Amino acid sequence: MRRLWKVIILLIILSPLGIIIPYFLRAGSAWGEWGPEKVKELIGYIPTGLEKLSSLGRPLLPDYNFKGWEEKPLIHQSFSYIVSGFIGVSIVVGITFLIGKVFSRR
Amino acid sequence: MVFIFGGDIVHIPDGYLGPQTYGIMLGIMVPLWVKVSRVLNKTLKMSQVPLIALGAAFSFVIMMFNVPIPGGTTGHAVGGVLLAILIGPWATLLVITIVLVIQAIIFGDGGITAIGANCFNMAFILPFVGYYVYKLISRNSPLNSKRRIIAAGIGGYIGLNVAALFAGIELGLQPLISHSSKGVPLYSPYPLSITVPAMLGEHLLLFGWIEAIVTMAAFAYLLRANLIKEWEYA
Repeated sequence: MRRLWKVIILLIILSPLGIIIPYFLRAGSAWGEWGPEKVKELIGYIPTGLEKLSSLGRPLLPDYNFKGWEEKPLIHQSFSYIVSGFIGVSIVVGITFLIGKVFSRR
Repeated sequence: MVFIFGGDIVHIPDGYLGPQTYGIMLGIMVPLWVKVSRVLNKTLKMSQVPLIALGAAFSFVIMMFNVPIPGGTTGHAVGGVLLAILIGPWATLLVITIVLVIQAIIFGDGGITAIGANCFNMAFILPFVGYYVYKLISRNSPLNSKRRIIAAGIGGYIGLNVAALFAGIELGLQPLISHSSKGVPLYSPYPLSITVPAMLGEHLLLFGWIEAIVTMAAFAYLLRANLIKEWEYA
């Protein structure tokens, strides 16, 4: 089991590959995951409902990146990606443990 | 013309689904979440909790590995079928729901309004379809057999593709359901004839294979390391 947690940590450290490889192969964002500006570029207008709802979320680490780091070099983004990985994994593991403890108590 | 952008996965953002759709999808998920709590309340043992937590960590981190179609879009594995084989489909539904909620709230990956739809596709359809495909193919073959590993891969491939199909349908219904009086779409603008082929195309060609490879590699690794013996769902 301990070995598997080490694998998770290794995967987090390697996770910037998930932004670096797409960058060099010039792949854009996932289909249907475009922001409103990109939608306008594609179809010439922004659907009103889409515009209204799309600004709803206030993510702390938008796209696994520190706020305001969107234009930073890839090396910076890789760092924030790893930090985001550790934060995200810690939170989901914490919540799963808590809920799991509640369900398994009998 | 849209095909050059390809067709990727199922983290539907805010603004792509209208209230009717995201409301209904949430309405479908609520009884499933209630059912999860009933099932786990009855069956989950304290000793299994670290394993499902590990599953949550794995699913979160594997979704960070975006795989590109050169010049096109990106997609990623979910690990849902692997988890279903290891911890059962119901625990998997719980775990991927937790992952998707955190992704939406903290990382803006997938919409907050779309959480019902995204959970339906990735936390419900993907692991359940994939798991039963795996069960159907693996039958009574011994735990350490090639057949079981291949069955897991096919489960991953089919599970992810059916999930992508549902995402394509949910998106493609929007111009039919929600438009202004002049017929201009209010949310996702593309019709079913574009969204379904786009979503399904890329998953059949690439992302389904990524899910299959991740599933098989991890499953084979766990088998070889003798870590899978006692897991009752495999």
